[in-house]
This record gives sequence, structure tokens and C-alpha cells, in this order.
Amino acid sequence: MLRDITIGQYYPSDSVLHKLDPRVKLMGTLVYVLSLFFFRGAAGFAAVTLGLAGMIHLSKVPFRYMVKGLKSIAVILVLTGMFNLFLTPGEPLASFGIFKITEEGLKSAAFMVVRLTYLILGSSVLTLTTTPNRLTDGLEKALRPLNRIGVPVHEISMIMSIALRFIPILVEETDKIMKAQLARGADFESGNLIKKAKAMVPLLVPLFVSAFRRANDLALAMEARCYNGGAGRTKMKPLKYEKRDGAAYLLLAVYFAGVIALRAWLR
Amino acid sequence: MNFIEARKLVHEYIRRDEEGNVEGILAALDGVDLDVKAGEFVAVLGHNGSGKSTLAKHLNVLLKASEGTLWVDGKDTLDDKYQWDIRKNAGMVFQNPDNQIIAGMVEEDVAFGPENIGVPTDEIWSRVEKSLKSVGMLEYREHSPNKLSGGQKQRVAIAGVMAMEPKCIVLDEPTAMLDPKGRREVLEAAGTLNREKGITVILITHYMEEAVQADKVYVMDHGKVVMQGTPREVFSQVDRLKSYRLDVPQITLLAHELRKEGLKIPEGILTRQELAEALCQLY
Repeated sequence: MLRDITIGQYYPSDSVLHKLDPRVKLMGTLVYVLSLFFFRGAAGFAAVTLGLAGMIHLSKVPFRYMVKGLKSIAVILVLTGMFNLFLTPGEPLASFGIFKITEEGLKSAAFMVVRLTYLILGSSVLTLTTTPNRLTDGLEKALRPLNRIGVPVHEISMIMSIALRFIPILVEETDKIMKAQLARGADFESGNLIKKAKAMVPLLVPLFVSAFRRANDLALAMEARCYNGGAGRTKMKPLKYEKRDGAAYLLLAVYFAGVIALRAWLR
Repeated sequence: MNFIEARKLVHEYIRRDEEGNVEGILAALDGVDLDVKAGEFVAVLGHNGSGKSTLAKHLNVLLKASEGTLWVDGKDTLDDKYQWDIRKNAGMVFQNPDNQIIAGMVEEDVAFGPENIGVPTDEIWSRVEKSLKSVGMLEYREHSPNKLSGGQKQRVAIAGVMAMEPKCIVLDEPTAMLDPKGRREVLEAAGTLNREKGITVILITHYMEEAVQADKVYVMDHGKVVMQGTPREVFSQVDRLKSYRLDVPQITLLAHELRKEGLKIPEGILTRQELAEALCQLY
């Protein structure tokens, strides 16, 4: 069951997007998400769609692979659509009992569903084209200014990358403990919700104990290898902007300006 | 001065109750003397709870002595200003391969140590390549550590230590969680580093077979060094080793039993070859 978790899933390829500096991609995702909330009218919609389609094409990740990611949020999409469809006041088009569909409702439902879908697709371009390590590196460097106001940026990114490394290990461990407890007659399947939750205790306790022991071991191992916090560290793979990163920033600016201009023009 | 010198080293674990009163004191190390020359391969043997892992953690200043002194590379471990110097020069490999690999890619993990001590980027790359090559893991440099076998993970851990270019490497039961193949791989890697690069190796273990290739063996029991000498000297005292709950290598045991039955073969036989030769000379 835990194997379905796809946080930080990465699709290896050698596209331009894969090679871009993670900071550019983080910025790009931010700009893209903002544009989703700014765009207006058919022209704006076309611009955003074009932007997204362009990115997906550039990433060389198969479109079907991306759509798979939408499955997990299908329920949310349908619910959002329903709420908007039935609960928006306005000119009624059709009615079923107390529910009625209005023109405004239809419009906003379509808008919300498209927005959410684009949001998921757009941000999955980021995780699909960037390894978790590059992503945390990018975050560390992009957020470095926050260091001055006392945010432990290096430590946060170190925690994130260690967490990512230990997800598969802990998943495997959960699997092992589960089997061990099943062999001793534990029952994780039957009963109501409360009973099921209680059945998790013999799974979670050993998992937590082992996680703490691992954390302790890891801290020792890091200290033994002279880990001393972020100060004075060098990098094997430091982030450096290249020409294509500059071009990408430029493209981003043009895109964002375009969406804003369309919005102002259509007002 | 020897590379590592311990004099009357004592380490006490103090157990306290909730009010902070001392409930009990356990001397994990109790007056240990240790002398290791640069370039030596030293094995420290002992049963569970003999204090051998505590000793290992002192060599890397992960623990500090309660009493006595310990010099590593001529530096006093009790002096805080040498802490990072000593850690840089005495690398450490731990028992659990999963719990000491930090990064999600082999080469990035090997780079972790050099990054910490501020090695410039270009040199990190050459060091990573060199040390991965020295343990025979270069072709796995872009793999995820999760996909490697236990022996391979331990070799990556050794490479991670080597990339810091230490003079000495301390292996704290590196094979305890491995299958026989993994154990052989790790020991070979350690042996090669010792022979070819002149790295001082200190191997903490409870497998007697692993100590055979050492220059010198220390046997610990209840926090004390109870025997020391060459593997031959130590393993020839089979009955004494047994009293410390240690088993001698099977070949040595066989030779010992044969000798007890009246065959005239020397004590302290370590390898199959030696036993075969000794037996041949009888007739």
C-alpha cells in the first residue's frame, strides 16, 4: 500500500528541462502557478495552455505518464466540479429537485477543474524533470537570503534530502514488520475503522523505535565524517547558471508579462 | 611515537535515575593500553559487551575518555581543538550499511566527507573517482545506494571514508550484517587499502577468521585488553580464548584438537595450507 507513494518521482531523460538549473524551474513553477490564477478569457486560457503544452513537450516525459499522476486527485477534481456546478447562484439552466445548474456555475466549474488539472500537471513537470537532490540543492540556494533572518536553510534542505533517502528504507521496514506481525497472528484487515487503527499500534511502535535508532546511527556516522553544519562546506555539484538558464528566465518573464497583459487588455 | 597510543584508557557509562542520581556505573573500558604503528593492520576481538565498539568510538573522538589518555596521530583526543583533525585522519565505518549512507546517489555519498571538510569542487571529483576505484565500485557511481547489496554498501562507506584521505580507518564490525560474500568483499577492500596505500586499519570484529590477516591482534573482555600479539601467538591459546567466549578459526581448532590427540603439529596454525604442510611432515 505504501509503495504507491510517488513523492519526488523522477523521470530520467536528457531534455533541456532536465538540464535546467533547479532554481529556474522552481521560479518557473511559481510563475506558472501565479499565471493560473491571473489568466482571464479564452485568450488567457490559450496562453496558459500553450505554456503548459510547450513545457510538457520540452520535458520529453510521455504525456500518458503525467496523466497517471492525475488519477490520485480525481476525487478532488470531481468534488470541486460538483460544488461549483450546483452551488453557484445565478441564471438557472436546468434543475434537479433542490439542485440547479446555472450558467455561472457551469463556467466556474469548468474553470476550477481546468485550473486544478493544470496546477497538478505543471508542478509534476518540476518533480519529473528534477532529481530530489537537485531540488533540495535548488531550494537551499534559492532560499539562502532567509539565512540572514535566522532560518536554518541548509539544515532544512539536509533534513529533506535525508528524509527522501530514507523513505524507501522505511517502507521496506514497514513491510517486514507487517509480515512479522502477520506471522504472529496480527490482523490488519478486518473490523471497523477504530479496530483497524488499533491494529496499527504493533506496526507503528517497532517502526518508530527503529527509525529513532537509525537516526541516532546516522547522526554518529555524519559526525564521524566531519559534518559540522553548513558553514565551510563545499559542494561536489555546485549550482551554476548557464546560458540556457538566462534564456529560460527571459522566456518566463515574457510569458508572465503576456498573461498579465492579456488580463489587463480584456478588462 | 606510535600512530595510536592509549594509556590506561577508561570509559564509564553512568546510568542515572530520574532525579539525576547515579544509579550505576559501567566501565566499558577499564584501563586499556593500545599501541598501533602507522601502516599496521590491527584486529580487535571481543565478545558482545567487551568494550570493543566503545574503544572504536574513542579513536574517532565520538566518545571521550573518562580517565587516561589517547593520542591519535600525535594529537591528544581530550583536546577539543584537535577533534576535527582527528576525525579527518581516522575515518570510521559502522556496522549497519543503511544507517551510514547519507546521499541518494553513490558518488554524492562518497563526496559527503570531502564536502564537509571544504575540499574544492574539482578535487572532490578526482577524490571520489579515486576512492570508488580503490574499492572496486566505480561502475556504480550513479546508482542509488538502495539498490546495492550489503557488501557493496559497506564498500561505498569505505570509499566515503577514503575520500577524506585519512591515515587510518577504523572498521567497527563492518561485516556483522553481511552474508559471506559481502564479508569477503569488505575484508578484501580493507586489506587492499592497507597493503597498497599504507593506510592503518583497525578492524573491530567478533569473527576470528577476519583477524587472521592482521599484523596484530588485541582480545578484549569486560573492558580490558586480555591478550595481545600476532594472530599466531593469540590463536595458539585455544583454551584461553574459549574462556573469553571466543571461537578460534576452525582450522586452528582442528589443529589444536589433533595436537591434543597426540599428533606432533605446532600450535597456532592459521590456514588450511599450513595445516596440510604440518600434516605432511609427520609422515
